[in-house]
Amino acid sequence: MEHQKVIQQICADLGNDPKRMMDILWTVQDRLGCIAPASMGLIADLTHTQRVVVEGVVSFYAFFHQEVQGQNVIYLCEDIIDQHAGFNALKETVESCLGIQPGQMTKDGLFSFYLAPSIGMCDQAPAALINQTPVTKLTPTLLKRIINNLRKGKPVAATIPKLGDGNNSHPLIQSMVQNNVRKQGEVLLSGHQNDEGLSKALSLSPAEVIDYVLKADLKGRGGAGYRSAEKWKIAADTPAKSRFLICNADEGEPGTFKDRLLLTERAHQLIEGMTIAAYAIEATQGILYLRAEYRYLQPYLESVLSERRQKALLGENISDTDFDFDIRIQLGAGAYICGEESALISSCEGKRGEPTTKPPFPAVYGYLGLPTIVNNVETFCNLPPILAKGSDWFRSIGTEKSKGTKLLSVCGDCDRPGIYELPMGIKLSEVLSSCGALNTEAVQVGGASGVLIGRSDFDRQLCFEDLPTAGAIMIFNSQRNILKIVNYFMHFFIEESCGYCTPCRVGNVFLKERLDKIMNGLGEPADLEYLRNLSATVRETSRCGLGHTSPNPILSSMENFPLVYAALLKEHPSGEQAGFNIQKALDESRIIAKRRSLIYDPDFSSGEGRGNQE
Amino acid sequence: MSKRKVRIATTSLAGCFGCHMSLLDIDERIVDLMAIAEFDRSPLNDKKTFTRRCDIGLVEGGCCNEDNVHVLKEFRKNCDVLVAVGQCAIMGGLPVMRNAIMHSEDPLRECLDEAYTTSKVLNPSKQIPNDPALPLILDKVYTCAQVVKIDYQIPGCPPSGDTLWAALTALIKNEEPTLDYALIKFD
Ligand SMILES: Cc1cc2nc3c(=O)[nH]c(=O)nc-3n(C[C@H](O)[C@H](O)[C@H](O)COP(=O)(O)O)c2cc1C
Ligand code: SF4
Ligand code: SF4
Ligand code: FES
Repeated sequence: MEHQKVIQQICADLGNDPKRMMDILWTVQDRLGCIAPASMGLIADLTHTQRVVVEGVVSFYAFFHQEVQGQNVIYLCEDIIDQHAGFNALKETVESCLGIQPGQMTKDGLFSFYLAPSIGMCDQAPAALINQTPVTKLTPTLLKRIINNLRKGKPVAATIPKLGDGNNSHPLIQSMVQNNVRKQGEVLLSGHQNDEGLSKALSLSPAEVIDYVLKADLKGRGGAGYRSAEKWKIAADTPAKSRFLICNADEGEPGTFKDRLLLTERAHQLIEGMTIAAYAIEATQGILYLRAEYRYLQPYLESVLSERRQKALLGENISDTDFDFDIRIQLGAGAYICGEESALISSCEGKRGEPTTKPPFPAVYGYLGLPTIVNNVETFCNLPPILAKGSDWFRSIGTEKSKGTKLLSVCGDCDRPGIYELPMGIKLSEVLSSCGALNTEAVQVGGASGVLIGRSDFDRQLCFEDLPTAGAIMIFNSQRNILKIVNYFMHFFIEESCGYCTPCRVGNVFLKERLDKIMNGLGEPADLEYLRNLSATVRETSRCGLGHTSPNPILSSMENFPLVYAALLKEHPSGEQAGFNIQKALDESRIIAKRRSLIYDPDFSSGEGRGNQE
Repeated sequence: MSKRKVRIATTSLAGCFGCHMSLLDIDERIVDLMAIAEFDRSPLNDKKTFTRRCDIGLVEGGCCNEDNVHVLKEFRKNCDVLVAVGQCAIMGGLPVMRNAIMHSEDPLRECLDEAYTTSKVLNPSKQIPNDPALPLILDKVYTCAQVVKIDYQIPGCPPSGDTLWAALTALIKNEEPTLDYALIKFD
């Protein structure tokens, strides 16, 4: 059997190692079009695991498919920003051109069509991934042209209008993505990538590097805002035969795309930062966990790694010292939850991307049980300038508790969406005016898991002590429907919950159902109480950050836009629930039983229907 | 003059009568209960209609057919305080498992087929019961609180006699019922 040989070869190339399951599955799918149930047993045998384990991994990730896919695969980004930018017209275009709905394949096997949550192109929405190539600022016309050309065998790259700026036109990237850098700040985007920071670090002892960064008071840029050097210290102080370093480039939070820019334009700085951190915690190996949506950057990133190996900035004996450190890239497969650090580690270990119970924290017990540091792309990119220019310089920027600058990913209703590097503590109103946002009604700060705020809060500061954000600023003008925005975020969390805890898996569904009820005009004042109570339960009883934050859009919109809710609520004094419709509940039964209701069809021929009493 | 007796009504909708049996587990306390309360509409005394407005309505089971909905609405209309008793009334219980058939084009038909025609359960005629006297079944099972407003829920499958006693005596005294941990600890 041909397939069998291919799979044997793929597994052998990856050492028949179950820890490399993600890579095995990606390669199998790339070569054979899908990971068919029939091949799972073989993969399991070869990697000395069970079939159910393989199936568990395949079924967990959105980008892994068990059914044969079309030769061309279209993922349309369905994020709220895309919906406001013309997603519906694009969806209709695909449906009418190809005659298929999301999740389906054309009969000729040429196309498959799926929807995807935020693919990290919110500043150039609406966007799609077509055969893993990002296509942005998509119009129905362009989409039709791409589809027609694909039919003729012409690749997407041949149809896209023009290549993007900067490294987007690098021979190894060749993408139409635009960087959209609107403001270069002092720390990350100005200055050169010259490995000065690494030289400085290597002139210090690992403990001194930790102190240096501790003094700079750098806090994590991935969301939680934990003091980076403190986390490193925990790992460094945990006795172990080796330690591990991971860069979190999963960037799944809707509305966030700043890591995309850093990976494109600051890859050397990023790897330099990772190398500095590895030196500080004495790690010899690391992983760059790249979200699958950014796979188009992988060849370029690999080339940066090998260039640095050649220059002795990575690998054995870095800069002629006895410090060894190397990095491999781990590709994700479409799961927001894999941005959560323990889920990310599970994924790196070739498992389902499920978070683990903490403690133990990864800094103590992480990848393969080793003390492991996970930091965000932007956090690592801050290290070279801090080392090169000094802790004091870094501390001089920002506010009391938030030092340095922050990359903001600005998108939605404004003239200049894109990347803004601004000092910590900048007022949201200043961001809104520099990006040309007019008539702004609401801003979602921090992505789906963040908060939706209204005009009275626009003077608040973006920093850890006031409005923290991993970077996402989604702007909505007064034309937008607040509840529709909130509803989309709930849909997102329902799709992305790993399903381990009942409060998150089920609670988010109930929250959305109640919101739907209100949006359908059937809401009652008591529904607000229900939403508050259930939100508290989901928050308090979920295991990881997803469930801790998923009620945020509902809670913050109830707090900041009470009138939007109030306008839709009314009392139903009869004691009956407005959401329940007996006629609808009986429709199917009438058809199947071929008779009418004795109780609820009032004109029932006998005229004696009990319904008369109601 | 002594105070009038508190009037209680009970019913079993899509339930197994287990909750009612559990109510009988209050044992000899039923004598105390009858000293201060009386049953109106209830299967315990076989009264099929309300004779007058009641203070407390106890509902076992959720709604799987139109008759359940009708009875539940009657209870809401005729009881001051309406209590959902047991998992079936609160969450749907065993009957609600049929709601898991949700990704089908026609979930209700699939459910009936699986129960009566395609399953291995002995049913030589392969007939789906459809006597005109049978109430029509709903597209899915609804919990009591999805159909009418519910004032209290007493958890358990069934709630123990002690639990029911604690809740009921509090309600009779017009107090907010609280259930000790031991009464709602199930494992
Ligand atoms: C549901 C969820 C998704 C997350 N997604 C990301 C992400 O995409 N990128 C990221 O850097 N951190 C993400 N985080 C935060 C990480 O768990 C972790 O705190 C972070 O990577 C640590 O890096 P930092 O200290 O440099 O911020 C996520 C957390 C949760 C709970
Ligand atoms: S809170 Fe949600 S995402 Fe997190 S572990 Fe629980 S089910 Fe999974
Ligand atoms: S809750 Fe349990 S005991 Fe009560 S009716 Fe349902 S199945 Fe029977
Ligand atoms: S799995 Fe059902 S309650 Fe835990």
